Amino acid sequence: MESQEPDKNPVVQKLKEWDAAAVAETAEFRGEITAVVPRQHLLRVAEYLATEPSLRFSFLSDITTVDRFPIEPRFEVNYHLVSIERHDRVRLKVKLSSQDPVVHSVTPVWPGANWHERENFDLFGIQFEGHPDLRRILMPDEWEGFPLRKDYPVEGYR
Amino acid sequence: MARSGGVSAHPVMPVTMESTASPNTMVLNMGPQHPSTHGVLRVILELDGEIVVKAEPVIGYLHTGIEKSCEAKTYSQVITLTDRIDYLAPLSNNLGYCLAVEKLIGIEVPKRAQYIRVLLTELTRIASHLVWLGTHAIDLGAMSVFLYTFREREEIMKIFEYVSGQRMMTSYFRIGGLALEPPPGWIDRVRRVLDALPGHIDEYEDLLTQNKIWIGRTRGIGILKAADAIAMGVSGPMLRASGVAYDVRKAFPYSSYDEFDFNVPTQTACDCYARYLVRLAEIRESMKIVRQAITKTPAEGPFRASVPGIIPPSREEMKTSIEGLIYHFKIFTEGFAAPRGEVYQAIESPRGELGVFVASDGSPKPYRVKFRAPSFVNLQSLPKLCIGRLIADVVACIGTTDIVLGEVDR
Repeated sequence: MESQEPDKNPVVQKLKEWDAAAVAETAEFRGEITAVVPRQHLLRVAEYLATEPSLRFSFLSDITTVDRFPIEPRFEVNYHLVSIERHDRVRLKVKLSSQDPVVHSVTPVWPGANWHERENFDLFGIQFEGHPDLRRILMPDEWEGFPLRKDYPVEGYR
Repeated sequence: MARSGGVSAHPVMPVTMESTASPNTMVLNMGPQHPSTHGVLRVILELDGEIVVKAEPVIGYLHTGIEKSCEAKTYSQVITLTDRIDYLAPLSNNLGYCLAVEKLIGIEVPKRAQYIRVLLTELTRIASHLVWLGTHAIDLGAMSVFLYTFREREEIMKIFEYVSGQRMMTSYFRIGGLALEPPPGWIDRVRRVLDALPGHIDEYEDLLTQNKIWIGRTRGIGILKAADAIAMGVSGPMLRASGVAYDVRKAFPYSSYDEFDFNVPTQTACDCYARYLVRLAEIRESMKIVRQAITKTPAEGPFRASVPGIIPPSREEMKTSIEGLIYHFKIFTEGFAAPRGEVYQAIESPRGELGVFVASDGSPKPYRVKFRAPSFVNLQSLPKLCIGRLIADVVACIGTTDIVLGEVDR
């Protein structure tokens, strides 16, 4: 868990060499590397990380959102990637504002993102552009509101 | 946003499948109350005669908002919720969450506690695989295996009860170590179970491995190729039965797993039978790990870390020193503040990669907790497994994914 400079991480370096605009900022905490990606670059970055032979982040472990309400940009969508061959992990983060919580779906790169994105839509109201079937997944279809948002009370609206 | 409460019930279950079924097919609703869906899974099947043309899992019937509840509890209180996510492997969930919080606040757990954690989570894996084998077999018509596996599982549950006081909702792992010093004589009980188990596993193999009906119901059924499995994010025994030797215990060792000698069983047939073989082999590997853990665990030593203000002091310290009393009071009333940051900790649960994501804003309550539930992701591959197969094989395909709906829906 020794801490390291995030910019010296080989994955971040590769990504920056490939396209410097693809990484807005980087962070390291407890040995975990986070790359903040502008949302217009997300799909390109995902494709690059998954297919670049020296990186091979072919396994999407998880997609999850953190709601920073009332701070803007309010939503942080985290993508946890694994490289099975290289035993490596990286986290991509996309920041979205409350006015426009839209990001491109990564299902073209990792088909398994389907249910993850549906869950984030269901609980946070994030819109995933290009998703094949963006519906609620855990809550009933006609539910109103997005329960995991911070302005949604723990007890619900009863 | 309307404030109508969002409590409107489902009067009629809508068939959400968008395809306008062709005149030759019929739509069949399976579940959510169906014995072989292992809980409350609903699958909408489109059938052409007996052949499945389309399958759509519908989940959420057991959604209890655990992740939302976590945000209203202190870090220590969340542990009791983790038991209830995957109720067949509560100790694995305890471990995943505790490791995540320990990573967040930067605590080193004493070696003795790490080994005991490994020992108990491997017993959990054995118990969980036994339940899987029994229920899978009963789904496919082999009644006796079910009775046998539950008999053996009960012996493991008795160990959990002896050690933690609870059979299922153990909450035995706490932040920084264990809840209690394990009671005297517990290792002997583990040994007794370990001595009896190999013979029992042989017994199941006698009943199933060469059984013509078993092979007929599982071999060549539910094919999931390695490339598809990775693309869908499938992990655990399902991925390994497709020939990918990805095991979090080996790839990203935690809790001293790197000090243990064990194999990662794989198969290349990618079918239900291969998954059966992988899980049986995993039971034997887990027994190996438990045996090593028994020899590694020192009889005495600290069972949790000592960090004033974060880890509760021992009972004696609390009764005799004023600092101990203050810390005890503070930890159990307001909790402790964790540093700001985000961590993701993955462990290998019996079902695959269980990931726990914890975000902290510096307060005594987690800002966001996310459980990356392996059976939620694995269930996504169900249509791939059963499309083009007979309707009777759907039961085999659901069984082989080893879902726990508590974990799928959280």
